[in-house]
Amino acid sequence: MVTKKALLIDLTMCIGCNSCQEACKKVNGLPEGEEKSLSATAYTALEEHGDVFVRRMCQHCVDPSCVSVCPVGAFTKTPEGPVLYDESKCIGCRYCIQACPFQVPRYEWGSNYPRVQKCRFCAERVKSGLQPACAEACPTGATKFGNRDDLIREAYERMNAESGKYVNKVYGIDEVGGTSILYLSAVPFEELGFKTNLENTALPMHTWNALSKIPGVVAVGGVFLYGIWWITNRRNEVQEYERQQETAEDRANRHDDSEQR
Amino acid sequence: MKNYLKAVTFWKAVAGIILAAGVYVTIFRFTQGLGATTNLSDQFPWGLWIGFDVLCGVGLAAGGFTLATIVYIFNIKRFEPIVRPTILTAFLGYLLVIVALLYDLGRPLQLWHAIIMWNPQSVMFEVAWCVILYTTVLAFEFSPVVFEKFGMVKVQNVVKRFMLPLIIIGVILSTLHQSSLGSLYLIVPEKLYGLWYSAYLPIFFYVSAIAVGCAMIIFESFLSARAFKKGLEMPLLAEISRIGVLMLAVYLTTNFGLLFIPRTETYLYWVEIVVGVIAPLILLSYRRVRETNGGLFAGATMIIVGFILNRMNISITGMEASAGVSYFPSWMEITVTMMVVTAGFVVFAFAVKYLPVFKHEEHIRRPALDWQSDLEFISQPAYHE
Repeated sequence: MVTKKALLIDLTMCIGCNSCQEACKKVNGLPEGEEKSLSATAYTALEEHGDVFVRRMCQHCVDPSCVSVCPVGAFTKTPEGPVLYDESKCIGCRYCIQACPFQVPRYEWGSNYPRVQKCRFCAERVKSGLQPACAEACPTGATKFGNRDDLIREAYERMNAESGKYVNKVYGIDEVGGTSILYLSAVPFEELGFKTNLENTALPMHTWNALSKIPGVVAVGGVFLYGIWWITNRRNEVQEYERQQETAEDRANRHDDSEQR
Repeated sequence: MKNYLKAVTFWKAVAGIILAAGVYVTIFRFTQGLGATTNLSDQFPWGLWIGFDVLCGVGLAAGGFTLATIVYIFNIKRFEPIVRPTILTAFLGYLLVIVALLYDLGRPLQLWHAIIMWNPQSVMFEVAWCVILYTTVLAFEFSPVVFEKFGMVKVQNVVKRFMLPLIIIGVILSTLHQSSLGSLYLIVPEKLYGLWYSAYLPIFFYVSAIAVGCAMIIFESFLSARAFKKGLEMPLLAEISRIGVLMLAVYLTTNFGLLFIPRTETYLYWVEIVVGVIAPLILLSYRRVRETNGGLFAGATMIIVGFILNRMNISITGMEASAGVSYFPSWMEITVTMMVVTAGFVVFAFAVKYLPVFKHEEHIRRPALDWQSDLEFISQPAYHE
C-alpha cells in the first residue's frame, strides 16, 4: 500500500521569498521570471492578500474533478497523490478548467496546439523518494512535504501548541472530499481568496449519480419503446384487418344483390 | 414574382457576406489560435461556441427524435408528411454541432481520441459517443430520401427494414445525450448560479429539449412554407404544440429561495421563464390561439427564444459570478456562430431543391387510410412517380 503524500503549507511562516516558484520553474523547464498569479508558465504563485502570501497551486484532490470529467482520460490520479496530465491524449475541450473547483488549470491560449498546464507535484521526484522541488527550496519550512496522515496530525499539533495563533481549520482535509495540499492560516480563509463554499463530498459523485443510471435508461427505454411500437402497430393492423373484413362483406352483399337482380 | 426574386437575392447576399466573413475567421482561428480569436480565458473557458453552437444546437435539433418517436414508435402515421424535413434539420444540426466543436476544441485534429481513449466516468465522453452514434443513425434515417432520388429501390428497402431498431436506438441515444448536456454542469455546484443549478439538470435539459424540438418542428414548417411556397400542415402542428406545452409544464427551478433576490441572474431567470415557459404555456393552451397561424408561430418562437436564453444563462450568465470575470463573445466568435447557422440554412435549401424532402411517400400511403378497399388497391397497377 502506497502512502498518500501531501504538502502542509503554513501561511504564517511564508515570507514571500518566491523560492518555491523559482525552484518549480527550474525543475519543470518553464521560462524564468517572477509571476504573481498562476499561468501557463507558473505552476505555483504567491498571491498577496494584505500581508499574507497565499501559495496557489494544484490541490491534487483525493477524488479529482479533472480526472473524472476528461473525455479521453488525459488526467490520472497516481497512487502517491499527484494528479497528472498527459498532453498526447488531450483534445482541448477544457472541461477540466471548467470543472476544477479551485480554478487551477491554465491553458496555453496563445498556442495553436495548446496544452493544459498545472503543477505535477514533481511526480517523478516523489516516486523516487525525493520531495517536490518547492518543498526542498522553501527556506522557512512554510511548505512541508510528508505523508498526508502525518501532516494532518502535525497541523493539529501546531494548532494546539499555540492556541489562538491559527484559525480553527486545516484547509484541505475535507474540501471536495479532501486534497493533497493542506493549509494552516492565522487569517480566516475566506479573507484570503480561498473557496469556503465547497462541499465536503467529492464532486464527481454528482456526475456519477446521473451517469450510473444510463444502463437502466437504455434497458428500460429499449423495452418500453419496442413495447409501445408493438401495441400501436398491432392496433393499426387489427383496424386494417377489420376494415378489410367489412369491405369484403360489403362486396359479397353487393354481389348477392346484383345476382338476385 | 419580381418581389420574390428580389427577396431571394437579398438573403443570398446576406448569406454570402456571412460565409465570406466566416472563411476569414476560420483561417484566423486555425492559424492564430483560440486566444487571439476568442474572449475566452482560464476563468471563462467555455463561451458562445459551447453555449450556443453546442448546447443550443443539439437541443434545437431535438425535433428529429421527437417526431421519429411520434411517427415510428407511436405509429401515428398522419405526421409522416413532416418527418423528412425534420430528420434533415436534425441531421444538419448535428453535423454543424460537430463542425462548431472543431473550432472550439484546442486540438481539433485529436477529436478522434474520444473514440479509442475511454473514460466512462466522464459525461463529455458519453456525450461524444452519443453524438457520433446519433449522427450516424440520423444519416441512416435520412438515407431513404437520397436512395429514392437515385432510384435505388432495393437499398432503400433494406434500410427501411432496419428502420424500427434504428429509430429505437436513435431515441435512446437522444435521451442520453440531451439529458447529459445538463449533467455536464452537475460537477460545478459552487460555480453555476443556484437558480439554474439543480440535481435535476439532466431531466430539465431532456424535457426542455423535447419542448423545443416540438417548437422547432413548427418554426421550420412555417419557414419552409414561406421559402418553398408550400402549404402548412396546420392541424398537425397545432397538435405538436400541445406536446411541447406539456413538456414545458415540468420545467422549474429547484432553488425557490433565490427567485426574488435583486440580482442580474434573477432578472434573466425571470425573462427566461416568462418568455420561454409561462407565456407559451398560456398562449398555446388556448385552441383559438394555437389553431391560428400567427398564434402558433408566436408560441413556438417564444419557446425557442426561452430555450436559447436558458442554455445561454446556464453556460454563460450563470457562470460569470463565480468566475469573477465578465465574458462577452468576440466578433470572431459571433461570426463563426453566424456562419454555422447560415451554412445550415444554405445546405437545407440545397437539399430541398435536389432531394425529395417534401414529397413524402404519397405513392405508398397505407391503404387503410384511403377510402378505397384493399382489394381495389391491390388490383390497381403499381403506381410510381
